[in-house]
Amino acid sequence: MGETDGWTLLTIALLAAVTVLTRCLFFISSRPWSLPHWAQRGLQYAPIAALGAVVIPEVVMTQGHLIGTWQDPRLFAVAAGVAWFRWNKGVLGTIVVGMTVYLPLRLGLGWGG
Amino acid sequence: MFWKRNYRLHPEYRQGVRDLVSVATGIGAWGLMTGVAMVKSGMSTLEAVAMTLTVYAGSAQLASIPLIAAGAPLWVILATAFCVNLRFVVFSAHLRPYVMHLPLWERLVTGYLTADLSYVFFAKRYPHHPEADTPAAQLESQQAYLMGNCAINYVAWMGASLVGIAAANAIPTHWGLEFAGILALMGVMLSLASSPLRMLSMAVSGAAAVAAFALPLKLNIVTAIGVAVVLALALERARPPAVTATGVPGEKNG
Repeated sequence: MGETDGWTLLTIALLAAVTVLTRCLFFISSRPWSLPHWAQRGLQYAPIAALGAVVIPEVVMTQGHLIGTWQDPRLFAVAAGVAWFRWNKGVLGTIVVGMTVYLPLRLGLGWGG
Repeated sequence: MFWKRNYRLHPEYRQGVRDLVSVATGIGAWGLMTGVAMVKSGMSTLEAVAMTLTVYAGSAQLASIPLIAAGAPLWVILATAFCVNLRFVVFSAHLRPYVMHLPLWERLVTGYLTADLSYVFFAKRYPHHPEADTPAAQLESQQAYLMGNCAINYVAWMGASLVGIAAANAIPTHWGLEFAGILALMGVMLSLASSPLRMLSMAVSGAAAVAAFALPLKLNIVTAIGVAVVLALALERARPPAVTATGVPGEKNG
């Protein structure tokens, strides 16, 4: 456990400011303004693209490289989660089923550890 | 504000709560492991608690924790967090018409509270942004929904992160519990995959994020979003899509 350090606390305060700035950037000015039409169309695809960009590397990469083995618990957990989702559409079930596959492979067989 | 009485009593608030409860396990597991990661990087308990309670952005926290531990220059830490958070700038452009009827301070609190999953659920439930003639009752129910959904996100994240900080040495990181957070994001992602072009933008974005992984400051994420959106728009223009499950095509989409 480290010592509390004034510089770190300042860094944390500025990081909180970055959160507010990025989440609110387009909320600050109240002057009339609206997105161009093409950008409004594009926003239909932005949420799923953002999730794809975050999720997919977390499943198929380790330490910045594509995984080279099928013995990775994440692949099986994702397959089980996707199968559950197709059947049931529930997000909670997707998490539970995925982790039920993931933990035994990781802790029991020591895959991807 | 999710504690405001007129929102809490609104039926849409409960709907927002119900929707987020379905992913709260994943948010909680991710928050728990973020709490553990902060303490294990050498932060003091006070620093870890301060970071949890103020920064409230898991991916930016996870990206900046090793930089803080390594003593990186302040501007590098802030630039990294900004780039990791760039997707929120896109979200704020999208959400602007939904919040401009609120006073500035309430817009800022709303934006601060709206993390990834809250935004995604909100955009899914309210695909059409309000116009000048949208009745006040409609604006209020949208905001009530968003606040109900943010409340659960906030409580699940903060509670689990604080538990992670307190129990950091009892929870082995090799269990990989944070993977539950990825599964939660994946579940939401699948629920958005309602049209062929959306599925394509998911796949393209994932592949681009892998291909561009070597970019500094996690810029691969924003790059991937850009590539996928531009491609989807180009294909949409080449071949206007038929009506999809969510009824999204048309002139008034946001």
